[in-house]
Amino acid sequence: MEFSEHIKTANVEDVVLRRPFYQPTKGTLCVTGHHLIFSNRGGDSARPFLLLLRNIDAIEKSVENLLGYSRLFSSTGQSQRPSVSSGTITLKCKDLCVLQLDIPGMEECLNIASSIESLSSLETVSEMYPFFYRPPFLSLQDQWGLSSTEQHYAQMKEIHDGWRVSQVNRDYSVSPSYPPAVIVPHSIDDETLVKAARFRQGGRFPVLCYYHRETGTVIMRSSQPLSGANRKRCREDELLLQAVIDGSELGYIIDTRSSQQAQQARMTGGGFESKSCYRGWKRLHRQLEKGKVLQESLIKLVEACGDQSHSVDRWLSKLENSKWLSHVQTALSTAGLVAECVERDGHSVLVHGSEGTDTSLLVSSLAQLILDPDSRTLAGFLGLLEREWVQAGHPFQQRCAHSAYSHVRLRHEAPVFVLLLDCVWQLARQFPLAMGFSEPLLLRLAKEVYASDYGTFLCNSDQERCVTGVKERTHCLFQSLLRANERQHYSNPLYERTELAIWPSIQPPSLQLWKGLFLQWTDDALHLVEAQKVIQNLVSQCHRPLNEKVENTDG
Amino acid sequence: METIVMEHIRLPKVENVRLIDTVTSRRASVGTLYLTATHTIFVENETEILTETWVLHSLVFSVEKQASTTTGCPLLVRCKNFQVLQFVIPQERDCHDVHVSLLHLSRPEHYEELYCFSYNANSDREDRRKAWDFINLKAEYSRMGLPNHLWKLTPANHHYKIIGMVSDTYPADLYVPKSATPPVIMGSSKFRSRGRFPTLSYYYKENHAAICRSSQPLSGFSARCLEDEQMLEAIVRSNPRSDFMYVVDTRPKLNAMANRAAGKGYENEDNYSNIKFHFVGIENIHVMRNSLQKMLEVSEAHFPSMSYFLEGLESSGWLKHIKAVVDAGVFITKAIAEEGISVLVHCSDGWDRTAQVCSVASVLLDPYYRTLKGLMVLIERDWVSFGHKFSHRNNHLNGDPKEVSPVIDQFLECVWQLSEQFPCAFEYNERFLITIHHHVYSCQYGNFIGNNQKERTELQEKTHSLWTYLWKNRTDYINPLYRPDHSQTQGVLRPLTAPYCFKFWGALYNRFDRGIHPRQSVMEYLMAIREETQQLEEQLDRMADDIEASSMFAYPWRIGNICTICKENMSEQAKHVFSYGIHIETAVEASSMAGQEGCWYKGQQYARTEGLIM
Repeated sequence: MEFSEHIKTANVEDVVLRRPFYQPTKGTLCVTGHHLIFSNRGGDSARPFLLLLRNIDAIEKSVENLLGYSRLFSSTGQSQRPSVSSGTITLKCKDLCVLQLDIPGMEECLNIASSIESLSSLETVSEMYPFFYRPPFLSLQDQWGLSSTEQHYAQMKEIHDGWRVSQVNRDYSVSPSYPPAVIVPHSIDDETLVKAARFRQGGRFPVLCYYHRETGTVIMRSSQPLSGANRKRCREDELLLQAVIDGSELGYIIDTRSSQQAQQARMTGGGFESKSCYRGWKRLHRQLEKGKVLQESLIKLVEACGDQSHSVDRWLSKLENSKWLSHVQTALSTAGLVAECVERDGHSVLVHGSEGTDTSLLVSSLAQLILDPDSRTLAGFLGLLEREWVQAGHPFQQRCAHSAYSHVRLRHEAPVFVLLLDCVWQLARQFPLAMGFSEPLLLRLAKEVYASDYGTFLCNSDQERCVTGVKERTHCLFQSLLRANERQHYSNPLYERTELAIWPSIQPPSLQLWKGLFLQWTDDALHLVEAQKVIQNLVSQCHRPLNEKVENTDG
Repeated sequence: METIVMEHIRLPKVENVRLIDTVTSRRASVGTLYLTATHTIFVENETEILTETWVLHSLVFSVEKQASTTTGCPLLVRCKNFQVLQFVIPQERDCHDVHVSLLHLSRPEHYEELYCFSYNANSDREDRRKAWDFINLKAEYSRMGLPNHLWKLTPANHHYKIIGMVSDTYPADLYVPKSATPPVIMGSSKFRSRGRFPTLSYYYKENHAAICRSSQPLSGFSARCLEDEQMLEAIVRSNPRSDFMYVVDTRPKLNAMANRAAGKGYENEDNYSNIKFHFVGIENIHVMRNSLQKMLEVSEAHFPSMSYFLEGLESSGWLKHIKAVVDAGVFITKAIAEEGISVLVHCSDGWDRTAQVCSVASVLLDPYYRTLKGLMVLIERDWVSFGHKFSHRNNHLNGDPKEVSPVIDQFLECVWQLSEQFPCAFEYNERFLITIHHHVYSCQYGNFIGNNQKERTELQEKTHSLWTYLWKNRTDYINPLYRPDHSQTQGVLRPLTAPYCFKFWGALYNRFDRGIHPRQSVMEYLMAIREETQQLEEQLDRMADDIEASSMFAYPWRIGNICTICKENMSEQAKHVFSYGIHIETAVEASSMAGQEGCWYKGQQYARTEGLIM
């Protein structure tokens, strides 16, 4: 299908663009297959403003037809204005920016609006921009992704005795949402895995995600067991978990549902691990919201942030009412619990909710950030996201189809990944020296996950990515972020590696609204960005060179 | 004096007392509790390092004896700096004695019993007196450009009384419009609560607009005062570029109207020509006291849910009150800086809300008040000299609890909120504000003793000044992000006052709950870096020195004291500079700029005149 079919009017002159931080400017608007391009004609050397259509979450239009008035005027000979009708398009973007276009001519306005509407909601993956994005500094021949399961396994020599890489899912038949290779206990053969997978929703049997060197314990994740109403058992699944805590006395299952929810899940074929069948495993329930509840929380929060009324009362109750910070609190406290089991008590943990593609990933990756200094470097963090989110089958395309402004009926949208980024931001705020990456990286990821030039967040699973050719025909965001100049931009100038676990405080006064994301289009955020520059300057322009100079002179 | 205090101490020492960690309420340390004339001291047993907790009696807000349990009798001590200590004393009788003693010790009846009179009392008197001169308000007014052809210093209150009319709550030195004659001042003073007539608080040099302050007029329902009207007219006339002024009543309109029934009230626009009247609606001291109390209850809760915290914060109304003060400051700042219109600010007595609003406006208008010394000067001017009732508001003596209110606390918080919004604009850091807050209550220094300048002058000379102490330790209080040349620093601050710009100030209100603060501090890291940078610079200088000394002959253009290029003798000064190790590179680079290629001596001279080196 041709994009041009959707474009009824490609060019409009004398459009006025209003956007945050800029004076309204007049220029030419152009609609292409993937972008909205705005350029002001004057001698201004400013680059044209480019907006990815995919970034548009909602479009609102209002047109005014002043034809009647104009006749009145022209009959008395007072006005001869050529354009008498006009329209305004408000674009609400997934990065939470709100833009306005004043377009002369009602028809042009309606045409532009309908083009944007249809082009921004195209759902065929292979038509999306990442398949057309060809920057000069990247080559399609480059490796897609940072590391494979095999490479990751090869680096962890210490687990080679107890754990192995299984290719049981090489053709995605065991679990459609798992990557082809996963890490499992050495003593469990592929046949057992296949049977265990049949007992887990979506075939997501327990796999390793983190090995804690000091205690030799692990964090695993899976989906819920399909024990159902009549409490079915699966010998192989029990064996698999038995093998994990082989030798030690106890393991913890952190179920990210309330125990009531877990009970109810049995009615629809799901369930939980009963004490009698899984000896040595102790189940704890910590309810984390997901799906629609989380999406509505985001919508309410964004609405509260955009509220222009100036009463503190309403602001705090709206903030409270959105429950967003409560979700942050619960996520961090559950991750803290997992980390505590591993580090302080020396017990292995299995995390799951129902599907095992949302809150389980949230908890397991936050726990790793708390425990593992390697995951706190820039490359380590991106690697963690690749393993725990992209390869592990978080359904990005479904979850991030729309953001907080959309009027479209919600289907599978949920800002689980944004919640992760917020939690990471809270961690970094409490431990400003412990993370190798900076806030701009988190902001960049929050934007890219909804609309991107790169293929990293396309599709819902590794399998889909293979089928649609994402890995061959798009570029990888993580690779691009690790290029030298990008790396510098996204590094934390204050970073000082610590080997210790970073235990966050989850007391309400310790958790704050992430202004950098939710209020990024206000002046307030601008001053904070300036402050970051000063910090950068203090550390890298003054301190480091001086240090080197002293060393050189000394030498 | 000492003996009076000692009488209150029924029991100087109790052993086997447990101090409960109120944050986790799990850990407790066992030790000995001592009561001294000035402090409660808890010394922990059996620790490798001597761990002591000192609590100044003047910082104690309340002492509460709780019901005995099997383990002993709990005693809850709440402090004005938001520290909460829970002791468990084995014997009920002992607990009772400590309780009674502490009640007496923490509520002295006379100024002489306050800590500032015993703190370091034996130091040199002359030094102490000199230290008080560190902040000089005369210098501050002349920094603003006063007196000038528009404003003059009036001697009207030099003896703290305006003929026939006591105005003992005002400072001796007051600035009034040039055209305000003594009869006008006197008349206006008679028409204002406590004789606090309109006088200058801040003068904006750039456009001659001024912030004036006063108390409410005694207008009742219809009273007029010609002199008071003339006084306001004089203020309008002292701003040549405008023909009217704003009168800002910081009270809610309802409160101001209620005051009319008591013969007080606000200015009638019909009687005063050329004024525009404006209410800003900041609540009174009683509302503020209750609001803080509610907020503290929320912040003290153990492991509350996010919803409990946010709902509690909202229902306390605290941030709403902070926003109201900042909003009022922003209104005045706009009037002064953008419109060039003078403003008269008042509330009822003109020493609480008026002080808040005037000083917030000053911080917004003038970068000077965003420096360490500037904030000291500002507090000295708008609060100390203009008779903010520190001893009443901050509960220094055993007095009326209804007089207590966190008024200056709110001002300090407003400054903090602004510094959060403009991280590079303030020379001082959060710690500076918290330290001032601490000492406003501690009574360790004489700055805030008493309720007005008249009371204070007699008391102060026996005490130390907080400002010199802070200045001596100023490296602790410098914001490493502050840049005098940064765009945020310069000119007028234009803060956003959307509700989301106001945050809970955990570092103050949860000051002693270490657990909730960020585990690593960017500020401390940067301060350490700054110090290290300085050391490195010094080290580099020393190295340059060494290199230079070791290579006297490596530079062909300089042999001995004679420059081989210009054949001139190095002056004594140049030798001096040389011996302090100025970078050779700088001098050589400078020499090429001076057009004397390679001449070290000319380079030095050039560099010095250009300010490149010292």
